[in-house]
Amino acid sequence: MNRNINFSAKFKLANILSLFIFIVSILFILFKGLNYGIDFKGGTLIELRSDNTNVNTSEIRTSLNSMSLGDVNVKEFGKKGDFLIKVEAKAGNNNELIPEIKKTLINNLNAEISFRRVENVGPKVSSELLQSGIIAISLSLAAMLFYIWIRFEWQFSIGSIVALFHDVIITIGIFSILSLEINLSIIAAVLTIVGYSMNDTVVIYDRIRENLNKYTQLNISETANLSINETLSRTIITSVTTMLALLSIYILGGEILRGFSFAMILGVLIGTYSSIFVAAPVLKFFKVSYKTLEKKEEKIVP
Amino acid sequence: MLNFSKINILLIYLIFLFISFFSILNFQNEKDPLINKKVNLGLDLQGGSYLLLEIDSDPLIQEKIQSKVIPLKKLLKKNNLNYSNFTINKKDLIFSLNDVEKFKLLLFSKKDNFLNPYIDKYNSFELDLEILENNNVRVLFSKYGLLTINNSALKQSIEIVRRRIDDVGTKEPTILQRGDKRILVELPGLKNPERIKNLLGQTAQLNFRLVADNEEFGVDQLISENGEELNVSKRIVMSGENLIDAQPNFNNQSNQPTVSFTLDRLGAQKFGRTTTDNVGKRLAIVLDGKIVSAPSINEPITSGSGMISGNFSFQEATDLALLLRSGALPTPLDVVEERTVGPDLGEDSIKSGLTSLIIGFILVILFMIYKYKIFGLVANLALIANLIMLVGVLTILEATLTLPGIAGIILTVGMAVDANVLIFERIKEELKTEKSIVHAFDIGYSKAKITVLDANITTLIAAVILFAFGSGPVKGFAITLGIGIITTLYSAYFLARHLTSMIVLKKKEGEINL
Repeated sequence: MNRNINFSAKFKLANILSLFIFIVSILFILFKGLNYGIDFKGGTLIELRSDNTNVNTSEIRTSLNSMSLGDVNVKEFGKKGDFLIKVEAKAGNNNELIPEIKKTLINNLNAEISFRRVENVGPKVSSELLQSGIIAISLSLAAMLFYIWIRFEWQFSIGSIVALFHDVIITIGIFSILSLEINLSIIAAVLTIVGYSMNDTVVIYDRIRENLNKYTQLNISETANLSINETLSRTIITSVTTMLALLSIYILGGEILRGFSFAMILGVLIGTYSSIFVAAPVLKFFKVSYKTLEKKEEKIVP
Repeated sequence: MLNFSKINILLIYLIFLFISFFSILNFQNEKDPLINKKVNLGLDLQGGSYLLLEIDSDPLIQEKIQSKVIPLKKLLKKNNLNYSNFTINKKDLIFSLNDVEKFKLLLFSKKDNFLNPYIDKYNSFELDLEILENNNVRVLFSKYGLLTINNSALKQSIEIVRRRIDDVGTKEPTILQRGDKRILVELPGLKNPERIKNLLGQTAQLNFRLVADNEEFGVDQLISENGEELNVSKRIVMSGENLIDAQPNFNNQSNQPTVSFTLDRLGAQKFGRTTTDNVGKRLAIVLDGKIVSAPSINEPITSGSGMISGNFSFQEATDLALLLRSGALPTPLDVVEERTVGPDLGEDSIKSGLTSLIIGFILVILFMIYKYKIFGLVANLALIANLIMLVGVLTILEATLTLPGIAGIILTVGMAVDANVLIFERIKEELKTEKSIVHAFDIGYSKAKITVLDANITTLIAAVILFAFGSGPVKGFAITLGIGIITTLYSAYFLARHLTSMIVLKKKEGEINL
């Protein structure tokens, strides 16, 4: 394969597009907010299966109305007859709540019901989970920054972090726009995206560093362009294999993994894009050249 | 990079075989295992209940500070200190004194200080003193005093939780301390945690107290089991601590479920004395501040055993007996997090997890063969070896496999080929300029090495952080992702490289097709 696509000519357009989506994402996250699941908001979740597939969401809602539970969310979940009920967290002790809800449903619905999953997260635990989720993501960004800073120059470090922020914010932004639920597994997905996107960026940066030393007469735009083209088939092949695995989880992995795999699919797409169109242009912005690398080389090579 | 010494080859395959061996252990006969190691299934896959309990130490602190009142007053009297305005609060005692300095010396004396023991472990006293204005002082627990109370309450709670759960007889429960206030309980296979939650939700502090209208210790107004309002003395005749056994039973006459109990020597003495002195009066049996029953004392009971009857079903009698046997919790426990997965959902999750793993795996394998032909086959062999080793390492660690953990394995499948892709693409580039094919492969491997390492370490960092901060199922994802990266590096850099070298060195120039 002998591709020669002029990527650097499209940097400007791509950056404007990225900036626009980035800002839109932040606006959505700030003003529309995120749809936190019970992991982070507290509350009760019940997944049930009814043998009578004629049972519908409004029937379940009506039967729970008498309990004055506050905000109740009922939706179909995968197969017909499977439902997911979410009840807002209530102050005080919830120990009696779950058996009461179960009893009400068994008495009011004209069907055999099995409770497949019951989760209850208290307000204190949920705020701790949210906090540790935020700490984990921040810490992983800091760790990546540090790692790249050791392995490359500071300009590369900043470039990779800008790309990571871009990926994380836009992924979460899309979750906000589509009102998709943010739960513990989404945090796991975001962290994996951070790892994946970094992986992609490192491969291209590695090549840029090599080519800066090899072709000292080329400027950073040309070097970046050359490096992206040289690594392009690897970028595509790895994205494809990862995507094949993810699509397989998304389609066949069941309802519980759907949100997670969707976030990952978004992340892989955005991460692949950003390592080409965000991480590389930052080096151009800092006017990185073979001279930038010289100081470091001296330190390493005795 | 393509030359392997015989020792090298031997080592590479020995390590591979050694680790792979452990993955086979998962398929051995359950009843007669050769080596008892296997990958455990998480609660989300085998079904079961996860409970996070939190101790509430406030009532305990209140109780403890109250217990300081009598020794404190004794100490003040003995040393001729005059106090006034003595108030007992939830966490402290406030009073005014004529000689604050003298009191301070007494409170913090290290010799025979029964009121305020010195905790050697923390180099601190149990109590602290705050001097307020107008000769007022405030006595409260020090930071380390509180810590000691909390820690011992937590330890004791864990012990009692364990006893209660063991008594119910669920299989392989896990009971662990989490932080300084919480207890994690995992109950595999448990479908309905209500009974356990009910059992853990009661402190089960049992007291025997006389029903009396006026008492020097004061009375509590409690409602009896049949709705009567009774005045019950605050003085405790005997408490649950003196119980050595309790069993559910049936009353011979009424055929009602009852709980019979046996007392230790001290308890039997106390019980005998009280029942002898108070024939004709009523004795209230109080559990967690509620009267279970308040029978009349017909005759002295000196045998050291007795029976509690109340309006309970046999199940309730069984549970009450269990609670009394296991002892009282020092302080109430709250369920702050609960996750229960039914066994059918667990089975469905395993099924869909495995299906997507197999399909994802096949897709990746086909794609690699399409892309790289014979070297695709090499990459695929490495991938299969990678998976076997991944399961092997999980077995060695006896790690817990969760649904997100399966997702981590699938993701490893997708990302693992990256190492080989990086190497093959690099070799392709080298082939353009390099005449010697062997040389091109050699350079390709060494040049790609740094990139492969750099690229995988970043994902490894993410996995480690996820492991440190994640909980439950998410931790399972971090484990498989992290181990997957390490087995990937091994299989790409040792196994696949050796296979490649065999092909390259055997084939003649010009026959290599990447």
